[in-house]
Amino acid sequence: MVTVRISDDALAIACGADQVAAAFTLAGHTVERVSSWGMQWLEPLVEIDGMGYGPATADDVAAIVDGSSPLAIGRIADHPFLAKQQRLTFARAGKTRPTSLEDYAATGGWQGLARAKEIGAAATVEEVIASGLRGRGGAGFPTGIKWRTVAAAQADQKYIVCNADEGDSATFADRMLMEGDPYCLIEGMAIAGFAVGATRGYIYVRSEYPHAIAKLETAIKASRQLVAPFVLEVRAGAGAYVCGEETSLLNSLEGKRGEVRAKPPIPALVGLFGKPTIVNNVLSLAAVPFILSEGAKRYADYGMGRSRGTMPIQLAGNVKHGGLYETAFGITLGALVDDIGGGTMTGRPVRAVQVGGPLGAYFPRALFDTPFDYEAFAGADGLIGHGGIVVFDDSVDMAKQARFAMEFCAIESCGKCTPCRIGSVRGVETIDRIVRGERPGENLAVLEDLCHTMKLGSLCALGGFTPYPVLSALRHFPEDFGPAPALDAAE
Amino acid sequence: MVDDALGGLDEIIARHANREGPLLPILHDVQAEYGFISEDAKRHIAKALNLSRADVHGVVSFYHDFKAEKGDRPVLKLCRAEACKARGVEALVANAEAVAAGRVKIETVYCLGLCSVGPNAMVGTSVHARLDGPRLGALIEGLA
Repeated sequence: MVTVRISDDALAIACGADQVAAAFTLAGHTVERVSSWGMQWLEPLVEIDGMGYGPATADDVAAIVDGSSPLAIGRIADHPFLAKQQRLTFARAGKTRPTSLEDYAATGGWQGLARAKEIGAAATVEEVIASGLRGRGGAGFPTGIKWRTVAAAQADQKYIVCNADEGDSATFADRMLMEGDPYCLIEGMAIAGFAVGATRGYIYVRSEYPHAIAKLETAIKASRQLVAPFVLEVRAGAGAYVCGEETSLLNSLEGKRGEVRAKPPIPALVGLFGKPTIVNNVLSLAAVPFILSEGAKRYADYGMGRSRGTMPIQLAGNVKHGGLYETAFGITLGALVDDIGGGTMTGRPVRAVQVGGPLGAYFPRALFDTPFDYEAFAGADGLIGHGGIVVFDDSVDMAKQARFAMEFCAIESCGKCTPCRIGSVRGVETIDRIVRGERPGENLAVLEDLCHTMKLGSLCALGGFTPYPVLSALRHFPEDFGPAPALDAAE
Repeated sequence: MVDDALGGLDEIIARHANREGPLLPILHDVQAEYGFISEDAKRHIAKALNLSRADVHGVVSFYHDFKAEKGDRPVLKLCRAEACKARGVEALVANAEAVAAGRVKIETVYCLGLCSVGPNAMVGTSVHARLDGPRLGALIEGLA
């Protein structure tokens, strides 16, 4: 009888991990449910003494145990997909039982919080500033500067709010972290609370993530004494994409419609219930324990330019080797898609990739030399956002994708500002006209003007960034929009 | 709504009364318990939280998760976001609707966070990946 390790991550479960685990148990073996390594094309991945087998089904049990299974991939940790990664935030992925306090403490857990208390609140904020950590949710704002603002604010109550409303297609790093290493997020939030003098924290998780919510609730209960006097609570979203925008999220937490608030005032000064509030993404907060325990310099040693540290990149869509790839900033888009992702699942040529979710730009192969870096992506009229990459093969219709970007914005708009609420509907109509060949030159000019208005006139990134996928599709793939003149010719 | 149901409502409200911003947690529980949030429930919750009925109605109508009417069919949430589109979900939709034949409600959802193994669907809290025509059809048939 052997001990097998199988992930209980939602993706593994969706691929049949529970059935595989049950089959091993039925055959008399011991099953340990652990976090996922992030090699998602191999899920359910079965691990015995460090050796991997996947993707496994219940029928593979006997062959895996006797070593004859053709699903063998060798030693998991040596797999090329993992061997080249620089896992700081996801150091425990695949290795620990998600809600085991014992496993967490044995792998360096709580050391960041201990060091923060040792060096004091002000030095903790400085440490985060020195690390160069920038908001991993997409905006890329320096995390430590936000902390310093909240620390300096005077109030009877301050809050730490974790934005776990991970709604972008192709992103799942927040989900994997919450399901696989929930104490890491809890520790990061406790450090933030200590650093700025906040005693309450909320994790706002989208309702599409019931597994993450359950894991967090278990972990919060088990670690209550360890993070006291900091008190944490999970709140479930209710199916509104726009609540991933920080002010909309705060309204939702307060029990209101998830409408965007105009800034200023910034949430750091007037946030949840009008109190000074840190709103940070899951990955920003989960990077903090490492920064504190290992020191800012060790984190900042990774990366390029003003993008310091590592980024958990998510490879998804029509990709052969999809999953989580944490690496220092600076790797090129082409290396990620072709070398690490292995091209498309369908075996057809890669035609386009969308980086940064539904509000991110489409990139053609010609731009695959762009390095993964906040400034380099901005320079290419794109954004890295939350680090998700959707791969498309040559069967994609980019006019349809551009139309969908506008349609998605129309469906998810909170309705507060006109450019987003009405612009997105007009955008769908205008793209339809262009594709039908109705006065394409004029309508392209209208579309471009509309995108300009949305970009500059919207209150938040939903309306403001929807032009990225639309304009990039038009610019790089004009042939998909009918026999119309290209964007440049319409100007 | 009968008195019994309002009693259940009071229990839910009491459960969340001492939380900050209790409205969404209350609405989640009411939705889970009754399958929808009725006009009576809105009034009752509004009164208990010292809000106007319009405030509560505004919140209920804003979020996709909250339903104003009771659904009479099982629901399958099918992801149709970019990553699932790249993996061919759009080609499955017509046949899925045909199999459902009005017996199962197929709702569109944008992203379940399983973006490298789509097309994906969710039923209640259970998640299903690597769907193709037959697998999605069997899933729908199992609910009908």
